[in-house]
Amino acid sequence: MKTTLIRLSTATLLACSAMTAAFAQTPLKIGFLATFSGSVGTLGQDQYDAFMLAVEQRGGKLGGVPVQVLKEDDQLKPELATQIVQKLIERDNVPIITGITGSQIIMAVAKQITEKQVFLLSTNSGPSPLAGAQCSPYQFVVSWQGDFIAEVVGKYATDKGYKKMVLMAPNYQGGKDVVAGFKRYFKGEIVDEIYTPITQLDYSAEITQVASQKPEAVFAFYPGGLGINFVRQYQQAGLLKSLPLLTTGVVDGTTLPALKETALGIVGGAFWGPDLENPVSKQFVESFEKKYNRIPSNFAAQAYDGALLLDSAIAKVKGNLADKAAFGAALKAADFKSVRGDFKFGNNNFPIIDMHMFEAAKDAKGRVSLKRIATPLKSHGDVYAAQCPLK
Amino acid sequence: MSTSLFFAQLLNGFQFGVLLFLLSAGLTLVLGIMNFVNLAHGSLYMMGAYFAAAAYGWSGSFLLAGLFAVPATLALGMLLERLVLGKLYSRDHLDQVLATFGLILLLNELVRVVWGQSPMYMSLPPALSGTVDLFGLPYPAYRFLIIAVGLLVALALHLVIHRTRIGMLIRAGASDPVMVSAMGVNIGRVNGLVFGGGAALAGLAGFMAAPILSVQPGMGEQVLNLTLVVIVTGGVGSIRGAFYGALIVGIVDTLGRVMLPALLRELFERSVAQAAGPALASMSIYILMALVLTLRPQGLFPVKHG
Repeated sequence: MKTTLIRLSTATLLACSAMTAAFAQTPLKIGFLATFSGSVGTLGQDQYDAFMLAVEQRGGKLGGVPVQVLKEDDQLKPELATQIVQKLIERDNVPIITGITGSQIIMAVAKQITEKQVFLLSTNSGPSPLAGAQCSPYQFVVSWQGDFIAEVVGKYATDKGYKKMVLMAPNYQGGKDVVAGFKRYFKGEIVDEIYTPITQLDYSAEITQVASQKPEAVFAFYPGGLGINFVRQYQQAGLLKSLPLLTTGVVDGTTLPALKETALGIVGGAFWGPDLENPVSKQFVESFEKKYNRIPSNFAAQAYDGALLLDSAIAKVKGNLADKAAFGAALKAADFKSVRGDFKFGNNNFPIIDMHMFEAAKDAKGRVSLKRIATPLKSHGDVYAAQCPLK
Repeated sequence: MSTSLFFAQLLNGFQFGVLLFLLSAGLTLVLGIMNFVNLAHGSLYMMGAYFAAAAYGWSGSFLLAGLFAVPATLALGMLLERLVLGKLYSRDHLDQVLATFGLILLLNELVRVVWGQSPMYMSLPPALSGTVDLFGLPYPAYRFLIIAVGLLVALALHLVIHRTRIGMLIRAGASDPVMVSAMGVNIGRVNGLVFGGGAALAGLAGFMAAPILSVQPGMGEQVLNLTLVVIVTGGVGSIRGAFYGALIVGIVDTLGRVMLPALLRELFERSVAQAAGPALASMSIYILMALVLTLRPQGLFPVKHG
C-alpha cells in the first residue's frame, strides 16, 4: 500500500514537472480561487469552466500572452482561502487572482490581496462594503453588486403594479441584504417578512401562512438547494398558478436541471440569461454547450466576461503587468464586448449594467431554461459608489 | 390565527413528524438494541433519495423509483453492516462515532463522483402533484401520502414488534442483550436484521423526501440532527418513543416557526421581533430536548426494563 502511494505521488510529481516544462516560456500566472466543493460547488465549477473556455478559445492565451491558471478550492472556508491567497502571492507570484464564489471569502481575502498590489477580479461575489468605503484601485467586480439582483425584482414588482407582497428569505446577513435591496425599489405594501432558519428543510408551514395572508405576489430569495426545496413545495401547494412567485437566486442554470418543469412560470432577476440577443452571448452559449453539454448559468457567463476583460486589458498593456497603474487603467476602461451587451465600470470598479427579469420557460430545444421578459433597470449602478473615494 | 389555519399548521407539523419518524425508527433500534451510535444513518437516507432519483431518471416512474430505492438502501445497509459496522458493535462509542463519521464523508464523496455535485431531479406523478382543499386552504396531496405511508409503517412496526417472535427478540434485545444471547439466541442475526430494517426505513424516508427536498450531497447530515433530537426526546430504543417523539418534534418545530414570530410581534417592536422570532423558533426543539433531558433523562416514552 505504502509503496503504491509513493509510486503514485512520484508519478504525479513527474507529471507536474513535465507540465511546468511545457510552459517553459514563462506564462502569465493567474490564481483562480473559487469554491468547488460543498453546497455551492456547482457555482465555482461553472465559473471555472467558462473562464477556461475563453482561455482555450484563445489558444491558451489571454491578450496574446500564454497564461497558466492555478485552480484553487477554498471549500467556502475563509481561513483556508487566506492561506491559499498567501501561497498564490508569495510562492507563485501571481499578479492576478480571479474566481471568488462566496461573499464571506471575498471579505476575508480582499484586503490581503489588494494590499500586496495584486489585482483581484471577482467573477461572482460583490458585497456592499467593498463597493463602498473599502473599494480599491486593485479590486474589480465583473459580475454585479450583490443588491442588483434584489433591486431589479423590486422595480419589476412596482412596474407590475403589485400592491401587497410577502417577502421570504433565509435568516442570515445575505438574506437580509436581499430583502433590503428589494424594499429599496418596491413601492407597494409589505404584508409580512418571513425569515426562515438557514438549515430549514420543510417550508410547508410558511407556505400555508403565506397562502392565508392572500398577498398579490411573493418575493423569495433562496439560493441553491434551499431554492429547490422551496420551489418544489410551493409548486406542490398549488400556489404557482394563483400566487406569482418573484425570486432572486432561485431559478438559474444551476438549479433548473433539478427543478425542470416544476420551475415553469417562476420569474427571477439576473444580469444575464442564455437567450440574450447579442453576438458575444450567442457565441458563448453555443461553445459552452458544445464543450460541457449543459446550458451555461449566469455564474458561467460572468466568469467568461472576467476572462474577456482580462484579455482586453492584458492586450492593452501588451502583456506588461509591471506597470500596475497602466494595467489598472486598462481594466477600468473595460474595453471588451461583454456577454451582456453594454458594460462599464463605476468609480468603485463595480459594473454599471442593465438588469433583466427572466421567466423559467422551455427553449427552442424543449429544455427548461430562462427567457427574458423585462429589463426594469437600465445602466444600473450601486448605491454604495458614493462612499468610495476612487474617481 | 384562525382555527382553520391552526389546523392546517398542525397538519403540517404532523406530516413533518411522520417523515422524521421514518428516519428515527431505524436509528433508535440500532442505538437501543446494539448500543451502536450510527451517525451514517442520515447518509443511508441520502442514498435512498439518490437511488430513487436515479431510478426515476431511468424509468420516469415514481412507483418504480420507490420499488428500487427501498431494497437498494436495504442491501447497502446490510452490506455496510457486514463489512464495516458489524465489527464495531463491541467497540466503545468514540470508535463508532469516528468510523460512522468517516462513512458520511465517504458516501457524500461517492454520490458526488457518481451523480455529480448538482442536485438531482425527481418529480411527482400528476395524480399526486395536485392539491386538496383543506378548510379553504390548498394543501398538497402528496403530503397526505407521506402521512399515510408513515402511519402504515408505524402500524406495521407495532405489529412486528408486539405480535411476532422476531419482535419479541428485538424487545428482549433492547432491554437486556447479554441475557438474550445467554439464552442461546443468535443476537448477531437479530442485529443484522434490525440494521437492515432501519436502513430500509431510511431509504423509504429518502424516497419520500426526494420529490420535496433537494437531492444533493450532504442532505443526510441536515436531518441527522433532527433525528437525534427525536430519539433523545422519545427515549432511546423505543419505537413508541420514536413515533411520539417525532410527532412532538415535528409539531413543536412547525408551530414554533409560525407562532413565535407572530407572538413576539405582539409583544415587541417589529424590528426586534423580526430578529428574535426566527432565532427563537429554530431553537424551540432544542429547548424542548433540554427540558426533557432535565426532567425525564430517559426520554418521554422509554423502553420498559424489568
